[in-house]
Amino acid sequence: MNKTVNPKDLISGDDYGPLYAARKKVYPQSVSGTFRRIKWGLMAFCLGVYYFLPFVRWNRGLGAPSQAVLIDLPNSRFYFFFIELWPQEVYYFTGLLIVAAVALFLMNSIGGRIWCGYLCPQTVWTDLFYAVERLIEGDRRERMKKDASSDPMKLERISEIVLKHSIWLLIAWWTGGAWVLYFNDAPTLVKELVTFQGPMIAYVWIGILTATTYVLAGYMREQVCTYMCPWPRIQAALTDEWALNVTYRYDRGEKRTSVKKAAELRALGQQVGDCVDCYQCVAVCPTGIDIRNGPQMECIQCGLCIDACDNVMAKIGRPKRLIGYDNDINIHRRQEGKAPIYRMVRPRTIAYSAIIAAVGGFMIYTLATRSLLDVNVLHDRNPVAVKLSDGSIRNAYTVRLLNKSGYDRVIAIDANGPANLTVHVVGVDSVTPDRPMIVIPRDSTSELRLLVTAPAENNPEKSIPVRFHVTDIGLGEVASATDNFVAP
Amino acid sequence: MTDHSEVDTVTGKSTTGHEWDGIKELNTPLPRWWVICFYLTIVWAIGYWIVYPAWPLIASNTTGVFGYSSRADVAVELANLEKIRGDKMVALGAASLADIEKDPALLALARAKGKTVFGDNCAPCHGSGGAGAKGFPNLNDDDWLWGGTLDQIMQTIQFGARSGHAKTHEGQMLAFGKDGVLKADEIVTVANYVRSLSGLPTRKGFDAAKGEKIFAENCVACHGDGGKGNQELGAPNLTDKIWLYGSDEAALIETISQGRAGVMPAWEGRLDPATIKAMAVYVHSLGGGK
Repeated sequence: MNKTVNPKDLISGDDYGPLYAARKKVYPQSVSGTFRRIKWGLMAFCLGVYYFLPFVRWNRGLGAPSQAVLIDLPNSRFYFFFIELWPQEVYYFTGLLIVAAVALFLMNSIGGRIWCGYLCPQTVWTDLFYAVERLIEGDRRERMKKDASSDPMKLERISEIVLKHSIWLLIAWWTGGAWVLYFNDAPTLVKELVTFQGPMIAYVWIGILTATTYVLAGYMREQVCTYMCPWPRIQAALTDEWALNVTYRYDRGEKRTSVKKAAELRALGQQVGDCVDCYQCVAVCPTGIDIRNGPQMECIQCGLCIDACDNVMAKIGRPKRLIGYDNDINIHRRQEGKAPIYRMVRPRTIAYSAIIAAVGGFMIYTLATRSLLDVNVLHDRNPVAVKLSDGSIRNAYTVRLLNKSGYDRVIAIDANGPANLTVHVVGVDSVTPDRPMIVIPRDSTSELRLLVTAPAENNPEKSIPVRFHVTDIGLGEVASATDNFVAP
Repeated sequence: MTDHSEVDTVTGKSTTGHEWDGIKELNTPLPRWWVICFYLTIVWAIGYWIVYPAWPLIASNTTGVFGYSSRADVAVELANLEKIRGDKMVALGAASLADIEKDPALLALARAKGKTVFGDNCAPCHGSGGAGAKGFPNLNDDDWLWGGTLDQIMQTIQFGARSGHAKTHEGQMLAFGKDGVLKADEIVTVANYVRSLSGLPTRKGFDAAKGEKIFAENCVACHGDGGKGNQELGAPNLTDKIWLYGSDEAALIETISQGRAGVMPAWEGRLDPATIKAMAVYVHSLGGGK
C-alpha cells in the first residue's frame, strides 16, 4: 500500500494549503453560574493579593524595613512577614518550588487543570481583559458584528476602541507598577514614581510588564496556553483515568436533537439525547473549542461551558450537568449503564500529598530551628601553616560571623583542638586572653582574620580538627564550625 | 499522485499527503504569529550585525555603528569602581596606620585593597599568600629583617631594601670566604657555631670556643651579641627557628662565604600613598605584625 513520494511534492508546500494558520479570533460570550462566580471570586482574591500586598506593613523594629513582603536586592534580603532570608538561605525557594510543582501535580490528579482554569495569571488577566472588552464593546454577537463590519468607522466605534485599549493599558500599567513595589518600600516608591523621581530601573520594569500584560492578555490570550505554555503537554502526560476533567456526557447528550424535535420524539416514547446542539458551550469558551469533542489540549478547564449548559438545561427542563466534572472511567461506565465511581484517595494523590507534607514539613522545621547566629571558617591556603621564630606553629583562618537577628551581639570565639591553642583576632585587643570578643551589629556579617597558634612544645605532627565555637555572651547562643589545624 | 484534499478520518484534520509505511502526516500548520515572530528575530539579528561588532574581517572586524566594545565597558566599570572607592580610599589615606587597624571598616578595605595589590606586585617574589621562598622572607611569620611594626613595614615597602632609593634600607652580609676574610675551616667552624645558637646539632669535633671567637671578631658587629640580629641593618636573628637561606651546614657555609644581599624594590612613586598604606596594613595583618 506504500505510495511513492515524489520529492517535488515535499518542497511545494502550497499544494496542501497554507503552511501556517491564521488565528481564529475568539469571542467568548458572557455567562453566569457557579463556576463563573468561583472565577470572579478567585480573580478578585488573586489580583487583590497581587496589587495590594506590597502595602501591607510589618513591624520589624527600628531601622529594618517595615514592608511585609519585600525583596531587598541591594541589601540581599528577602522579607516575608516574620521571615527574613539571606542569600545563603536561597534553598528555601528551591523547597518552595518543589512544593509548588508537586501541588500542581496533585491539583491535576484530583481536578485536572484547576491551575489553568482558575489560578494561572494568564487566565486571570485574560479574563479581566475580556470583561473590559465586553463592558465596552458588548457581548459576543455585537463584538463579532463590529469586527466584521466593513463600514467606515464612526466616532462612537473609534471612541469605544480607544476606551478599551486605554483601560487595558491602565490595568497593564498597574500590573507592572505593583510588580516593582515588591522590590522597594511601596509607599515611598509610589510617591517617587508619581513625582517622576523614581529610579530608572523601576520605570523600565513597569514598561516591560505593561507591555507583556497588554500583549498577553489583550492579544495573545488562548494562544499562550495552546502554543507557548509547556504545562498542557506535561499535564497530559501526568493525568490518569481518575482525574476529574470538564467532560461532556456522551451517554446523556447523544443523539443531539433540536428542542422541538426532541419533544416530539419523547412524546412518541423514543430515546433522545439532552444536547440540543445550541452551541452555548462553544460560545462561552475562552479558547474557542467544542467540549463535546472530548478532552483537548486547548481546553483550560475553566468550567464556563458547565455554567452555559446548565443554564440551557434549566430552560428546557432537563437535568443539569450535561457538561460537568467527570473522570475518564465514568465516561465508559456511563455508556455501559453503570453507576459512576470516583476515587480521590489513590496511590498517586497519596504520594503527591506525602511529598508536599515531607518537603513542607522539612522546610518549616529548618526554618523554625534555624540559628540567627552563624559562623563560617575558611582555612588560609597559602601558606597553610607558619612557623614562628620560637618554633611554634600558627594557622590563619578567615572567619565570617553572621548575625541574622535584629540586635547587636557581643560574641566570644573559642577554638577547641590540640592542647594550649591561643586564639587571636587581627585588629582586636583581647581583654580576655585567648578568648577574643567582638561586637557584630544586627543584621550583618563580620569577616575576621583569626590566628591560632600551637606552642613549640605542643606542635601537632599532622592535621588535627579544630572546632570553633562562637558564643553570644548575652544570650548564650552558640554557633560552631569545624576546620583543621595543619602542621607544616 | 497524492490526494491533497485527503482528510484523516480519526482527527478530522487534513493530511500533508506524505505517507511512510502507512503512517500519514497530519497537516498541523504553525500559528501565523509564530512564523512572523520567527522572521522578526532574523530581522532583529541583522540589526545586531549593524549595531554591534559582528563580522570578522581580514585583520579586524566590523565595529558596529554604536562603536561598542566590551573592553571599553570594562574600563567604564573600573572607573565607576574607582569612583565608589574614591571616598573610602581618601579616608584610608587620611587615617593613621594604627587607626586603620582599629576601625573594622577601614581594616576590611585595607585588607581587600592590600590583597589585590599584593597579588599584582609582591606575589612574584613573596608568593600569593606571602609565604615567601628561599631568599624571599615569609611575611606571615613574626621574624622581621627590617622590623615588623606597621611603620617599619610601611617604610620597607616605600623605600625597599638595597633598592637604590635614597632612603632605602642598607646593609649586607659580607662574602667572608670570597673576600678572603675567613679561611675555609674557619667558615665551617663559625657555621657550626651559628647552628648551635638556635639549638641545632653541630658537626662532630666542632670547636665551640674557636667558633665563638670567630663569631665575636667578624659577626657580632651586625648580628649583635649572641646573634640576636639587628633590624637597623637587616641582620637576621640567628637564634630563632626561621632561616631565610636555609639552616643546614652547607647553606650556612654558602651564606658566609658568598655573602647575601637580597633586594626589595622601593614602591614609592610606583604605588600611591594610600595603596602603600593598605598594603602595609595587609602585610601586618597576615599575622606576623608586631
